[in-house]
Amino acid sequence: MTSSDVARHTVYQALGGIKTCSTSQAGKEEKTDDIPRCLTINGHVGFESLPDQLVNRSIQQGFCFNILCVGETGIGKSTLIDTLFNTNFDDFESSHFHPNVRLKAQMYELQESSVRLKLTVVNTVGFGDQINKEESYQPIVDYIDAQFEAYLQEELKIKRSLFNYHDSRIHACLYFISPTGHSLKTLDLLTMKSLDSKVNIIPVIAKADTISKTELQKFKIKLMSELVSNGVQIYQFPTDDETTSQINSSMNGHLPFAVVGSMEEVKLGNKMVKARQYPWGIVQVENENHCDFVKLREMLICTNMEDLREQTHTRHYELYRRCKLEEMGFKDVSPENKPVSLQEAYEIKRHEFYGERQRKEEEMKQMFVHRVKEKEAIMKEAERELQAKFEHLKRLHQEERMKLEEKRRCLEEEIIAFTKKKAASDLLQNQSLNASGQCEERKGS
Amino acid sequence: MAGTSKRSMSPHSSQSSSPRTSSCEMFGYVGIEAVLDQLKIKAMKTGFEFNIMVVGRSGLGKSTMVNTLFKSKVWKSSPVNKLGPLPQTLQLQSVTHTIEEKGVKLKLTVTDTPGFGDQINNDKCWDPILNYINDQYEHYLQEEVLITRQHHIPDTRVHICVYFVPPTGHCLRPLDIEFLKRLCRVVNVVPVIARADSLTLEEREAFRWQIQEDLKKNGIFVYPQKCFDEDTDDKALNDKIREKIPFAVVGADREHTVNGKCVLGRKTKWGIIEVENMAHCEFPLLRDLLIRSHMQDLKDITHNVHYENYRVHRLNESHLLTKGAGWVTLSPPSRRTTPGRCQSLRWSQEDLENGS
Repeated sequence: MTSSDVARHTVYQALGGIKTCSTSQAGKEEKTDDIPRCLTINGHVGFESLPDQLVNRSIQQGFCFNILCVGETGIGKSTLIDTLFNTNFDDFESSHFHPNVRLKAQMYELQESSVRLKLTVVNTVGFGDQINKEESYQPIVDYIDAQFEAYLQEELKIKRSLFNYHDSRIHACLYFISPTGHSLKTLDLLTMKSLDSKVNIIPVIAKADTISKTELQKFKIKLMSELVSNGVQIYQFPTDDETTSQINSSMNGHLPFAVVGSMEEVKLGNKMVKARQYPWGIVQVENENHCDFVKLREMLICTNMEDLREQTHTRHYELYRRCKLEEMGFKDVSPENKPVSLQEAYEIKRHEFYGERQRKEEEMKQMFVHRVKEKEAIMKEAERELQAKFEHLKRLHQEERMKLEEKRRCLEEEIIAFTKKKAASDLLQNQSLNASGQCEERKGS
Repeated sequence: MAGTSKRSMSPHSSQSSSPRTSSCEMFGYVGIEAVLDQLKIKAMKTGFEFNIMVVGRSGLGKSTMVNTLFKSKVWKSSPVNKLGPLPQTLQLQSVTHTIEEKGVKLKLTVTDTPGFGDQINNDKCWDPILNYINDQYEHYLQEEVLITRQHHIPDTRVHICVYFVPPTGHCLRPLDIEFLKRLCRVVNVVPVIARADSLTLEEREAFRWQIQEDLKKNGIFVYPQKCFDEDTDDKALNDKIREKIPFAVVGADREHTVNGKCVLGRKTKWGIIEVENMAHCEFPLLRDLLIRSHMQDLKDITHNVHYENYRVHRLNESHLLTKGAGWVTLSPPSRRTTPGRCQSLRWSQEDLENGS
C-alpha cells in the first residue's frame, strides 16, 4: 500500500546535453530518502517466473565450487572428500618426505539430475611434514592470492568475458585438526590466522573415531575458545534468512565438526553402510551419534554452498581487490578530496609502464648485441683452431706419403735386382745342365 | 539418485572451461541439487530490477501500454499534460516502482520519452535518448570501478527499449529507421505496431512483412538477436518470436464485461477489442516475451554484451580523461563492411551484412 507519493521523476533536458536532475537517478544519496513507490497490481502479470528464469540460466551455465583441504599428511583429507561427494576420486597416498608444502589441484565434473558442478579440490601436499615448519603456510596463502589475482586480472581487462570465466577462487577451506584431544597446535593456529581474512575457514576434527564422546565435548570447547581468544574468524553459517537461520544457528553450536571418512561398506543388519570396522565395533559414517559427517555435508553442500560462494566474492575477493588496487596506487579520492578518475590513474600508469618498457627494451638490445659479439669471437677462435688442425693433419699425411713412396722405390729396385739375379742363376743352371748332359753322353758312348 | 561424475586433471587452470574428462561413478545422493533452492531463496531476498524504456511519438499509447503490461497505474497521471502545448525539446522522464507478486519483488523503472518525433525538425532527436542510455552504463561503470564497491550495484541500465511504430500500414519512416539503426547497437530494442486496432488482420500482416524487410535491409538487429542464440532450442523458440516481430499491440487499462468475464479492452461502437485475446491483438506475445520468458535473458544480454561494449569503448578512450558535455558521441552506424569500434564483441561481419 502506498503511504506517500514518493514517485521519482527525473527530467533530462536535451539542450546542449546539459543535465538538470530534480532527484538523482542513481547514486548513493537516493538510498536513504528516495524509496520507490510500492505499486499494487490488479491481476496476474507473470514475473513470478523470474526466479525460475534465473535458475534456468544458472543450470545452463553450470556451477563451480572449489574446496581447499589443509591438513597434515595422512589425516584423511582425500578420504573425507571422497565420502562427501560419494565417489572415488582415485587419489594416491602421498609421501611424507616432501621438502616443502605444495598445493595440488584437481578438477572434477559432477552431475546430479540437472545440476552440473565443476568441483576443484586443492590438497596441501607435505603440510606439517617438514622439520622446520616456518614456511608451511606461505604456499597456501600464495595460492589463494594467485586465484584472486587471476580473477582481478580478468576483471580489469578491457575486453573481458566474465560470464564464461572459470572461477578458481577458493570458496571453502576445510581445516583438518588432529584429534589429540588437547588443543590446537601452533602450526594450526598460525595457518588459520593467516588464512581467515582470505577464505571461509571451516575447521573439522579429523579421524574423530579416536576420541571418546566426553573428550570430544571438552576438545571442541577448548578449540573454539582458543580460536576466539586468538581472534581467528572462522566461517559462521548465515542466520539472516528465516528458512535456514534455525538450522544454521544450531549447527554453529556444533562447530568444529568431528568427522570420520570412509568409502568402504560394511554390512549392518541387512543394509550396506559406509563405515570403518574395528574389532571392537563399527563406526558408521552417516550415523549422527557416531560423528558429525552428516552435519558437515548438510552445511557445506545442501544448505550453504551458494552462501560460501557469495561470501568469497563479496567479502574476501573485494578485500583482496581493495588492498591490491590501493597498493598499485589507485585511490577513490585524491588528496584534494575530489573523486579521482580511474582514467587519469590508468593514463599515468600507462606512461610509466611504457617508459619502463622502453628502457628494458634498450637494455635487452644492448645485451643481445654484446652476446652476439662474444659468440662470434668464440666461433672465430674455434674456426682458427680447426684450420690449424687441418694443416697439421695435411702435413702428416704428406710425410706419410713420401715415406711410402720411398719404400716403393726401394721395393722396386729390389725386385729388379732379384729378377737379374734370377736370370743369372737360371743361365748358370742351364749351362750346368748342358755340361752334365754332355758328360752323360760321353760316358754313355 | 545416482549421478555420474567425470574426472579431469587440470592443475591451477583458471581460464580453461573445457577440461579433459573420464568417467567414474557417483554412488548415491549427495545433495548438490539443493544449490538451486539456495539460489532461488537468495534471489527472492535481494529482489529483482528491471528497466524498460518506451519510445514513440505522442499519442501512440505508450503509457497505456505500460499500464497494461504491469496491470497497474504506473503513470499516476500522464507525464506531460496532454492538453498543454507539446514540449519544445525531448524530455525523458522515469518513474520507479516496487511491485510484488507471489513473494517476488521487482523494482521496475519505466522511462518515457514525451516529445520524441514531435518537432518539425527531428534531426538528432535520438541523441538525448542515447545519452541517457549511455549515462546509465556510465553510472554502473563508475560504481564498478571504485576501490570500495557496494555489495550490490544498483542496476539502472535500460534492459529493453520498446519502440512504437505508428500504424501507417506502409513501411518504416526515415525517422524510425535512423533511430532503430542507432539504438539497436547499444540496447535491446523491440519494435511494436502501436494502436493496431486501426489495421485489419491482412493489413497487419502486410505491414509486418514490410517492416521486417525494412529492418533486414538496413541491418537492424532487434531483440531477440539471432547471433546470441545459444543452442538449437533457443534458436527454435526465438525464431518463432522473430517471425512475429513487430507485434501488433493494443493497450487498454479499462475493464469491460465480455461474455460474463471481466477483461481489459477498448470499447468502441463496433465492438470491444480484448487486449489479452490473441485473435484480436498480439499483446500477450509482447507480455510473455518481456516478462514471462525472456526477462532474465534481456538483463543478461544488457550486462554481458551492451554494457561490456560500452566499457571497452570507454576504457579505450584514454584521451578523454574527464567527463564533459557530449563526452559520448556514438557515430551513426553506416553500411560498414568492417566492424567499427561500437560493434558488439560477438557480432561478426556476416551478421552485419545479412541483417538480423
